[in-house]
Amino acid sequence: MNNKHQDDIEHIRSMMERSSRFISLSGMSGVIAGIVALIAALVSYYLIKNNGGEYFGNKHIILSAPLLTKLVITLVITLIVALFFGIYFTIQKSKRNHQKVWNSLSKRLLISLFIPLAAGGIFCIALFFQGHFGLVAPVMLIFYGLALMNASKYTFNDVEYLGYFELILGLISLFLVGYGLIFWAIGFGVLHIIYGIMMQKKYH
Amino acid sequence: MSLIQSLNKEFESRIRLGIMSILMVNEWVEFKEMKETLDITDGNLASHIAGLEKNDYIEVKKEFVGKKPKTSYRATKTGRKAFNQHLNSLEKLINRK
Repeated sequence: MNNKHQDDIEHIRSMMERSSRFISLSGMSGVIAGIVALIAALVSYYLIKNNGGEYFGNKHIILSAPLLTKLVITLVITLIVALFFGIYFTIQKSKRNHQKVWNSLSKRLLISLFIPLAAGGIFCIALFFQGHFGLVAPVMLIFYGLALMNASKYTFNDVEYLGYFELILGLISLFLVGYGLIFWAIGFGVLHIIYGIMMQKKYH
Repeated sequence: MSLIQSLNKEFESRIRLGIMSILMVNEWVEFKEMKETLDITDGNLASHIAGLEKNDYIEVKKEFVGKKPKTSYRATKTGRKAFNQHLNSLEKLINRK
């Protein structure tokens, strides 16, 4: 009899979990996103360097219009590739979990992620147009961190901690303008890879 | 009243436990979504829902999204209270060992 009660409690716990958290986020998406981000950071670094600019340091550098275009294209490609693999691995994992990819949970997760992210994106575009290029990387990190913290209530708690790290990194880099690319590479590259590997180990 | 008797008979079935668990942590849940989470058939879910509804543990909302009918459920105050009591009894039974 006692076993039945124990199982009942287990069942209740699992149903509450399954119905309130989207558990099909894959660690692999994190690893791939991290690698893609590191490549993008390297590409950006060389783009700037070949243009005669020295990225690091507080020196004021002039970014020409064609260079800016190239940097933005790099960023957009990075985003598309990372998103593509993220979606791909999530679909794979949700098949294994027998959880639908597109349900009210994943919708809520995406909405709570994208509202802070969209605000951050618009903020970055504004900074860009006003010539505050040095602040773009810190602001991306800060809003991304806040977005993760916001979305974490619909998925693994670990996402919240990743959010804290991104936020702290962004706040620090606000005061080290000129080193934004390094912080960006750590935040979107290294942290994603570490997070991905940890998730893969923990939930696989 | 002994502890075993304090367990709510209405929650004896796994499916009813599942339905109530889902409704404890979500506001309105749609029929289709509930069915997928519990991984059971339409008829099976419908009969258990009818049982819970009869006891006034859950309430039903029917609406149309475009031309499609949509049925959603929510735990009532009575339902939440009954479920919490059931959980407490379960816990006590396990801890008594």
